[in-house]
Amino acid sequence: MKRIGIDVGGTNTDAVLVDGGTVVGAVKTATTDDVTGGVRTALRDLTAQVGGAIAGTAAVMIGTTHFINAVVQRRHLNRAAALRICLPACASLPPMVDWPRDLAALVDGGAYLVEGGHEYDGRPLMPLDEAAVAEAGRRMRADGVTAVAVTSVFSPLTSAFEDRAAEILRQEHPDLRITLSSTLGRIGLLERENVTILNACLQDLAGETVRAFETAIAESGLDAPLFITQNDGTVASAAIAREQPVFGFASGPTNSMRGAAFLSGIDDAMVVDVGGTTSDVGCLRAGFPREANNVVQVGGVRTLFRMPDVLSIGIGGGTVVKQDPLTVGPVSVGHRLTREALVFGGDTLTLTDIAVAAGIAEIGDRSRIAALPAALVRETVETVHRRLAETVDRMKSDAAAVPLLAVGGGAMLTPDRMPGISEVVRVEHFAVANAVGAATAQVSGEVDHVFRDMDRDALLREAETMARERAVAAGADPATLKVVDMEDLPLAYLPGNAVRARVRVVGDIVAEGMRRAG
Amino acid sequence: MPSASAPDVPIGGRVPLPPRVLTIDDVEALALGAWILGTGGGGDPYHKLLNVRELYRKGHTVTLIDPLSLADDALVAVLSNMGAPLVGQERLADAAFATKPVRTMETYLGRKFDAVMSLEIGGGNGVHPLMVAALTGYPVVDADTMGRAYPEAQMTSVAVAELQCWPFALADIRDNEVIIPRAASWKWMERISRKACVEVGSVAATCKAPRTGREVKDHGILYTTTKAIDLGRAVLDARARHADPVRAILDACAGKLLFAGKVVDVARRATEGFLRGRAEIDGLGGDAGRRFTVHFQNEFSVGYLDGEPVVMTPDLICVVDSVSGDGIGTDVIRYGQRVSVLALPGPEVFMSPKGLEAVGPRAFGFDLDFRSVFAEGAR
Repeated sequence: MKRIGIDVGGTNTDAVLVDGGTVVGAVKTATTDDVTGGVRTALRDLTAQVGGAIAGTAAVMIGTTHFINAVVQRRHLNRAAALRICLPACASLPPMVDWPRDLAALVDGGAYLVEGGHEYDGRPLMPLDEAAVAEAGRRMRADGVTAVAVTSVFSPLTSAFEDRAAEILRQEHPDLRITLSSTLGRIGLLERENVTILNACLQDLAGETVRAFETAIAESGLDAPLFITQNDGTVASAAIAREQPVFGFASGPTNSMRGAAFLSGIDDAMVVDVGGTTSDVGCLRAGFPREANNVVQVGGVRTLFRMPDVLSIGIGGGTVVKQDPLTVGPVSVGHRLTREALVFGGDTLTLTDIAVAAGIAEIGDRSRIAALPAALVRETVETVHRRLAETVDRMKSDAAAVPLLAVGGGAMLTPDRMPGISEVVRVEHFAVANAVGAATAQVSGEVDHVFRDMDRDALLREAETMARERAVAAGADPATLKVVDMEDLPLAYLPGNAVRARVRVVGDIVAEGMRRAG
Repeated sequence: MPSASAPDVPIGGRVPLPPRVLTIDDVEALALGAWILGTGGGGDPYHKLLNVRELYRKGHTVTLIDPLSLADDALVAVLSNMGAPLVGQERLADAAFATKPVRTMETYLGRKFDAVMSLEIGGGNGVHPLMVAALTGYPVVDADTMGRAYPEAQMTSVAVAELQCWPFALADIRDNEVIIPRAASWKWMERISRKACVEVGSVAATCKAPRTGREVKDHGILYTTTKAIDLGRAVLDARARHADPVRAILDACAGKLLFAGKVVDVARRATEGFLRGRAEIDGLGGDAGRRFTVHFQNEFSVGYLDGEPVVMTPDLICVVDSVSGDGIGTDVIRYGQRVSVLALPGPEVFMSPKGLEAVGPRAFGFDLDFRSVFAEGAR
């Protein structure tokens, strides 16, 4: 099956054509301000490179940093109301209580707290106050608010009240775009609500972006459905991705890790992606990034949902090097590298210049760095190697030596040997690993549920069955499903031997399902 | 409002400090320090800190008073949040909710309190009474009854002193209130109140047996609020100066660094309502080649270095992030974390035979004779 993978990064838009297990073509273009311009150019360049081979492409998978950048830069966000089903609990900490003030002011479309919610064991905390939900819906319509985030206490265990609230809101305000927290987040009310509100305030942008991607694909002459890559290394159909833009927040680092696994054929490894500004280090387990189990800040907002566990440090090709005393980063010249680095005729000493001087890269005009003292070059390389090794070791999950996959435009900055690393693997097409990861993404199903009075084997079996059903519903081929994550945590103080279990399964997209899903 | 009147009898001739209004920076530092003193348990204070921030933003403040300034017959409410940390992640801490059992107890006693204090300074309960104080205006006594966090109600200085364990008030967020007028022992009180707590959703605000000013002065663990604030400030200052926060904790609390390494294995199981288990840590730097094993029952209880027990409760065993100095909870400690294991001196009251009976290693199922890291000739 032929697929095109595109990674829209802050600096570059990369595109590849993958046929089965082979990378047929790969291009790198500059990201444009309108985002889709870069996609259009990438598709044109790719077509030019591979010629007729592009015919019969079954799907285009795009990963984009557009949504997370909108939050970080406070741009293109629509107002969103927050409806929390919780009273009489949780009244003193209203929605967005711990948000940066500027962001809260920008998106605040009103907060509504109503009676309802559940206990940890599924009993209702209070009956749902349906009249209050209806009144909230009417107020949102009167205020001209067109998106809402609905969060109910313990909704990851039972979404009944969120589902019912959505029905009522839809009756009162048919144009309302509704995000339910149970579809996004995990246990942890404030962090789940935060993710839900972020998702609601990205509805305008997500709709426009997905439409623009589809237009770019159509204009390139391809007749292939669009999929958007997700934080966990899987894809969602355009229709679902439009509704859940937060699931694309961390697709960049995820796609790099997935691409590294695909290109190397190694499924359990550490991965370092050395870009222009940062190096992102993650851990691959069974071909997927290990998930962050803790709070992840997005634009100053605490979130807790499906995100890869990635540690970033300020080491990249554009990282600025200063002398006396020697400091490496964290400042980077970023996408101005090709103007400002010494080897490109600029006057800023960067790690790219050091790499050329050290003989580990051949790029630009070597004569411009001939005068660099050998000691400076050696010490800088040692500093970079030490920091990368520390970061990789910090992210390792056990003592056994594992391979390290080095990808990204600055992969040459990675040392050949590190403690705790069996070998450093440098793969073909390493500079476009992220686009390869997009092209090879799969479909997943996940369960995060508290089970009571069941033995460990039985509850894990039950959780796996639920996860499999969800994956198939999302378009996975049942024959290809495999469990990539299984975790159980006994819960202190709760009666009935309560155990929280999380299971995730993934599988290939059903080939004939692609058209339908698109 | 009656509060800090002159003490009837000065203790050790010490002159009580004047009351002081805490700044929000003090409260931020308190939350950080309380989390470290929680020795892995007690719950993350974050939601309680958010509550106090909100109340300060609306103009409320908290006054901290020296326990020695309490009149002998002053009445002090000992407060805590009870329940499962997981439930607390959904049923957010709420200042009005925390205040409910205080009013219930006042109605039951037919008398107003003069001040509030924390059951345990470690974890979220270290900040809990500040929510009530900010809302009601009652001052907070600079003391608690654990000097850290412990999992059960009989593991307190007032229980070790065999002070009366009743009456007890518990409130639910709905209109459910429970008074336990009497219980046969602290352990009975723990069992009965735990049942009520589970019934209302495994989260409840409680007001423990009220204490007189005299009792607080004689049997409370004094100045622990200030200790937690100073500890938090030391960590924040160290971070701001790019100095070592772990060193700052040791200096602030006269503690000892036992081990530094990387977590390589964690085993957890829930039994009898507790989170039990152990974490294995492989040494880094000077500790390379050695293995530290730290056991926990909600809180860290005993630590072994290469198989030999080297630290045990009631010494405080704190596992902190080696870089940031942040406390690490027993429910979130995981593979790969770079951690430092520290011992901080435990409260004197728990070093007595009765104290060790309540909170020594045998109270947590370890057949070990207590030996303090801080004893003469210890490591």
